Amino acid sequence: MPPSTAERLAPPVAAAPSKPVGAAHRRPRLPWWRRLSRDRMLVLFALPGMLAVLLFQYVPLLGNVIAFKAYQPFLGIGESPWVGLENFRIIFNGDPAFLAALRNTLILTGLQALLVFPAPIVLALLLNSLFSDRIKRLVQNVLYLPHFLSWVIVVAVFQQMLGGSGLLNNFLRSHDMAALEIIGNPDVFHLLLTAQIIWKDTGWATIIFLAALSTVDPQLYEAAAVDGAGRLRQMWHITLPALKGVIILLFILRLGDSLSVGFEQIILQQAAVGRGVSEVLDTYVYNNGIVGGQWGVSAAVGLVKGVVGVILVLGANKVAHIFGEQGVYKS
Amino acid sequence: MSATRTVERPSNRTVMPPSRQRRGRRLVLGTPLPPWYVQLAKALVLGVFCAVVIAPFVAIISTSIAPRDQISRAGGLVLWPDAVNLDAYRSILSGGVVTQAALISVGVTVVGTALSLFTSCLLAYGLSRPGSFASRPMLLIILFSMLFSAGIIPTYLLVRGVGLIDTLWALILPTMISGFNVVVLRSFFMNIPAELLESARIDGAGEWRIFSGIVIPLSKAVLAVIGLFYAVSYWNAYFNALIYLNDSGLWPLQLVLRTYVINETALSNTDLSVAENLPAQPSLQMAILVVSLVPILIVYPFLQRHFAKGMMIGAVKG
Repeated sequence: MPPSTAERLAPPVAAAPSKPVGAAHRRPRLPWWRRLSRDRMLVLFALPGMLAVLLFQYVPLLGNVIAFKAYQPFLGIGESPWVGLENFRIIFNGDPAFLAALRNTLILTGLQALLVFPAPIVLALLLNSLFSDRIKRLVQNVLYLPHFLSWVIVVAVFQQMLGGSGLLNNFLRSHDMAALEIIGNPDVFHLLLTAQIIWKDTGWATIIFLAALSTVDPQLYEAAAVDGAGRLRQMWHITLPALKGVIILLFILRLGDSLSVGFEQIILQQAAVGRGVSEVLDTYVYNNGIVGGQWGVSAAVGLVKGVVGVILVLGANKVAHIFGEQGVYKS
Repeated sequence: MSATRTVERPSNRTVMPPSRQRRGRRLVLGTPLPPWYVQLAKALVLGVFCAVVIAPFVAIISTSIAPRDQISRAGGLVLWPDAVNLDAYRSILSGGVVTQAALISVGVTVVGTALSLFTSCLLAYGLSRPGSFASRPMLLIILFSMLFSAGIIPTYLLVRGVGLIDTLWALILPTMISGFNVVVLRSFFMNIPAELLESARIDGAGEWRIFSGIVIPLSKAVLAVIGLFYAVSYWNAYFNALIYLNDSGLWPLQLVLRTYVINETALSNTDLSVAENLPAQPSLQMAILVVSLVPILIVYPFLQRHFAKGMMIGAVKG
């Protein structure tokens, strides 16, 4: 936070006692070399971490120039010839494989927005309506657990439970019922992916909603009750408005990720169902680029995806501001 | 049963001191209790949710210790073992592929977590003094890095360019700093009273002394949480290993898990370097699964005590 005018004008002695770390550093605006020499240890502390971030998150941004080049590994990025927008033609001319990947991505994003996004809100409301704190905490602790498992484990668990010789089908067969084909069935693959996400992350995602609910003043409910509001109306007029800011925030962040629909999860199961239903933009980039060697085209697709994501976040944030919400950052 | 509960509730709650009523939503005076079938429905929904989470673990652990004949009778997983039989664990942990992968995973997790925690703390502390040199631009760089990713291909080319392909450092360095964790640590450090650090400085302590002697000891709880977050992410990492490691001799446990459990490649005696007859394949597979689960299940109780708090700091201050 930049210091407000009031803070800057406040007399040093009065302001000092309650200030957090570094208040002493704030007031005198020394020239930069003086500040550098004063804070050299702090800068030195920050250096290794900053270098890691710059090297592994910012330098690769420059690597996106290969989207405009015919990249050849033995020539390197610098020497490979420029080809302008050639690599982007695959996107704008509608290459069938690319379009299929785009379609699957959009279907999955739609399913996730529809089924995955509201699930933790409903669960949080349910947990919040429990009277017993002990039961509530027990349920929370059980439901948080899957979040900490890797996708490999989650996919393996689903296979063992729902697969051809899994627990469910063995049970059905031993009771003379037809087995269900769930794993490896292209028709239900999108729903399976969605179910896996719900299983893994719904419990954990309630944490932020429950935190928001714990700040609601109980007197609001009592006042509403005095006015004759029943449970449902209390939920509608008190609980849900308390969650509105968080819901909008998470929705904006989700929107920014709407073209990323779970790379690890999908690549693990791609062999079982085939690429027809399982190819999404991320796996397309991986399969064509790192596996298939079409570096330039894959980088172009990845670049467009990244840019669209940033535009979606900034755009949604703008819309949130227009409607008077705070969004991800303040305007 | 639910009827008696609903009857006694109100008298219990009304005598509750107001301070205890702050957490979450309690019984509201003047609102009738929901009818019994609503309570029952809630209990059922939550019960089913919990069962769906727990049942797979019970079946997996049971199958890994069930005797061979029970597994062949069931044709796969069993829900409860007839007897306890640890042969599967003996086989996979006697020095073959799985043992090696487990050791690699442990090594990467320990080294990675130590490095991540150390560099993140230093970075967060370096940024925790408003007004210090370049702290604001550096913070913005961290925050922005959370909003975008450079893309799979350029990141891969960079990792290859710096020569990390087919080394275990490829599993550590690219994910060493998590912006989220740095922001959480930073906001925690900012809450340490300034007078404390100031008085140490007056007594002649240098920045390193202040950091290691005051800031770190005061932050043990948050360090535990962040350390566990890092450890869990290293233990679970699969994607980096998949794209950066071509040499299957370097594979961590998650890739081995994929090969033998998800892709159902049968484990042979040579894979495990065991001479005698192997236990049933489902037992072996589930034993690998359990081995990869155990560290998470061990740290989970510690984790869950703190993570609500850790998440809150990040959510409020981030």
